[in-house]
Amino acid sequence: MNAKTIGIILNGSEIHLKSDSLKELIDSLNLSEARFAVEINREIVPKSQIDNYTLNDKDEVEIVIAVGGG
Amino acid sequence: MEKLVVGSREFSSRLLVGTGKYKDFQETQDAIVASGAEVVTVAIRRTNIGQNKEEPNLLDFLNPEDFIILPNTAGCYSVDDAVRTCNLARELLDGHNLVKLEVLGDEKTLFPNMTQTLEAAKILVEDNFEVMVYCTDDPILCKELDDIGCVSIMPLAAPIGSGLGITNPYNIEIILENSNKPIIVDAGVGTASDATIAMELGCDGVLMNTAIAEAKNPILMASAMKKAIESGREAFLAGRMKKRLYASKSSPEDGVIK
Repeated sequence: MNAKTIGIILNGSEIHLKSDSLKELIDSLNLSEARFAVEINREIVPKSQIDNYTLNDKDEVEIVIAVGGG
Repeated sequence: MEKLVVGSREFSSRLLVGTGKYKDFQETQDAIVASGAEVVTVAIRRTNIGQNKEEPNLLDFLNPEDFIILPNTAGCYSVDDAVRTCNLARELLDGHNLVKLEVLGDEKTLFPNMTQTLEAAKILVEDNFEVMVYCTDDPILCKELDDIGCVSIMPLAAPIGSGLGITNPYNIEIILENSNKPIIVDAGVGTASDATIAMELGCDGVLMNTAIAEAKNPILMASAMKKAIESGREAFLAGRMKKRLYASKSSPEDGVIK
């Protein structure tokens, strides 16, 4: 765990995190059981890489799910 | 009914349905089960930050193992946004490459921006997506989308959510004549007879959302739509009689009591 905090943009909003672990961010959003997809700085992060992915300051993170639509 | 073949997939129902505008996920599921649809569209959206653990998820009600999930690019007004959404959808659905492409041009009409749609279709087809494409009912542009390699051409019957029905059956007929790909009417259907008209014209299927979700009884309307699609398909295959101006007797002339 990283001692300093980092600032990222998550789904358009700036947030500060105590950890630079993407996995911990996803766990904190209670998404682990759901189907979701992650994009960081416009690149998809495959599910297989999420556990070991380290976030950087100013990363732009998008996390999406499926919702009702036509 | 014979299967509908779209790209590498086969569907047993010719009714494709959306999942928007329902009261809750239970009603969504009940209506979709009543419709008999196998292909269901979903939208891709940012997750709420700070989501409750108990907050239900659409895909808990529509298991991707039981349905063919068709992610759409609704809300995208540019090539970039549409392509990006398709990439996210493919990751979300574990490599599933079937998408419904829509690049919108205008908030008020939700008509497609066809120049952007053609460009996005090219990029997606090259990237091995199987693209079902929402488009205007312009036969020339539909042919171009076909030539690009889209697996299904989906002209609108009327604006999305308008319920106006099949406003230009003549264009739909020309589009059908020009293509060997499945033509699926997407958007504009309002009630069961609209769906039947599309199928009687020879369309391969109909995709709808609002006509079911905004009915007073969505589950009953879903069942009506299932029958409407089947009736229309059978009538098309059966081949309708010729229209004539004057009457033609159905009962014999001989033996009428005098």
